[in-house]
Amino acid sequence: MAAPPIRSNALIHARGLSKRFDKLLAVDAIDFDVERGEAFGFLGPNGAGKTSTMRMIGCVSAPSGGELSVLGMNPITDGPRIRARLGVVPQADTLDMELRVEENLFTYARYFDMPRDLARRRTRELLEFVQLSDRAKDEVEPLSGGMKRRLTIARALVNEPELLLLDEPTTGLDPQARHLVWDRLYRLKQRGVTIVLTTHYMDEAEQLCDRLVVMDKAKIVASGSPRKLIDQYSTREVLELRFSIDAPPSLDGKFEGLADRVEVLPDRVLLYTQDGEAAAAALHGRGVQPESTLVRRSTLEDVFLRLTGRSLIE
Amino acid sequence: MIATLSARRRAQPPAIDRAAHLVERNTILYRRNWLLIVSGFLEPLLYLLAIGFGVGALVGSSIVLNGRPIPYAVFVAPAMMASSAMNGAIYETAFNFFFKLKYVKLYDAVLATPLGVADVALGEIAWALFRGTLYAAGFIIVMVALGLVRSWWSLLAVPAAMLLGFTFAAVGTAAATFVRNWQDFDLVLIVMIPLFLFSATFYPITLYPGPLQAVVQLSPLYHGVNLLRSLTTGSIGPSLVFDLVYLVLLGAAGLAVAATRLERMLLK
Repeated sequence: MAAPPIRSNALIHARGLSKRFDKLLAVDAIDFDVERGEAFGFLGPNGAGKTSTMRMIGCVSAPSGGELSVLGMNPITDGPRIRARLGVVPQADTLDMELRVEENLFTYARYFDMPRDLARRRTRELLEFVQLSDRAKDEVEPLSGGMKRRLTIARALVNEPELLLLDEPTTGLDPQARHLVWDRLYRLKQRGVTIVLTTHYMDEAEQLCDRLVVMDKAKIVASGSPRKLIDQYSTREVLELRFSIDAPPSLDGKFEGLADRVEVLPDRVLLYTQDGEAAAAALHGRGVQPESTLVRRSTLEDVFLRLTGRSLIE
Repeated sequence: MIATLSARRRAQPPAIDRAAHLVERNTILYRRNWLLIVSGFLEPLLYLLAIGFGVGALVGSSIVLNGRPIPYAVFVAPAMMASSAMNGAIYETAFNFFFKLKYVKLYDAVLATPLGVADVALGEIAWALFRGTLYAAGFIIVMVALGLVRSWWSLLAVPAAMLLGFTFAAVGTAAATFVRNWQDFDLVLIVMIPLFLFSATFYPITLYPGPLQAVVQLSPLYHGVNLLRSLTTGSIGPSLVFDLVYLVLLGAAGLAVAATRLERMLLK
């Protein structure tokens, strides 16, 4: 992949960025830029190198090679100054289980050297923002997964960061909790906070990201806006056909000329096409009678599976 | 302003103001749990009462220090003071630090702020030292009240106990990085109990045969006991320099091991 031209006002700038753990190459010479005010996503299966990349941006993991600048500074030499302006939501919550809810935010604000009265005010505001004010004096352990996640997000905002790094912000949350988190992230974006997140939820990436890169096996395999990636790697619509598993019909040649791409799975056939309804009608005309048909718009999930394959990655 | 392969990774040096915020975090926690702090102080105090006075009544004044016979409780008390400083430092580092490192994952969150690994190590060791100092200060007050202090040199006993506390805090922090699970703490206890019993705490080192004396000389607690006993009984000699140097060197070694290992564990 040819390196895109260097953009001077990029908040994060990476060229040939690599991370090696002993024999494992976790990140293999990736290039990307994140602009101020945008929401940027790293998409990819487990083990693709997303978290390693986030840790390098967060100045808690030194790059093994390549260039990286964050907020115009060098993560190796300016770690404390960069981290002072970052908010980090790690994959695991890492809340301070020995302290109460409000103490978690207060002590975190103090780590950023915030005066005590300001730290107390920020604590109150943020508990309000993530709807945890009524749990302020509670222990952390009994909180639900969604509450812990919201507290972790509040903690990341304590220093009013310019750049917010979120590593799988909604993994493991129920739909209500996910939507609350998305809503808060959206508000932050509107306030001008630059957001970088990793996810393997395609709907999350489509909802939140202006631009994203797809990572697979330590490399960036595609980049662009969600819409552009769908246009480039998939079709406008997908026609899903489900056949009886007991008596699969002979489908040889039946799909000829109906779709840009056909994917035959054990229980389904997917036709990637510009017009799903027309393809369904044409199939009917050719005597193909599936148990069920579904026409849907193409999603990032189709892009993702096309780029990273269907086999389970473990 | 760009990190390249050639830019060698440098450890972020510690800063007292950053480390102080971690100490503050611990004070917030212990404001609620002050009873936990008192417990480590109580144990050596009970030993002092039971053995210093109880057994001391049987021993009489048969203990001779620098040619002068002294009451047994006067002999045992500084050793218990040293043990209290050791307890404070070890409980805080080996046990609490391990818990925060491996289970609470506290430092993963802390390192996302301006604090670095060296700040974490400095802050936790300072806190452990504070706890050890608290014990030592409490202990010397008890000793004065019970008439077990025999010299104005005792004024230096608290700073000396702080040095001992620092040595154990640094070694305890280093040890905590090697601990894999809670079962491993049995090993920590297997080290601490003999240290407490055999570091010339209850009888002079001269009771051991020559080769065993050399082994006891390796115990940091022995050097702490020697130091404190000399100060509270007023028997100052040149050998104290050796005790001081040993404690400083061992503390520095512990600090170096702890910092290196933490850097590797936390900043992968």
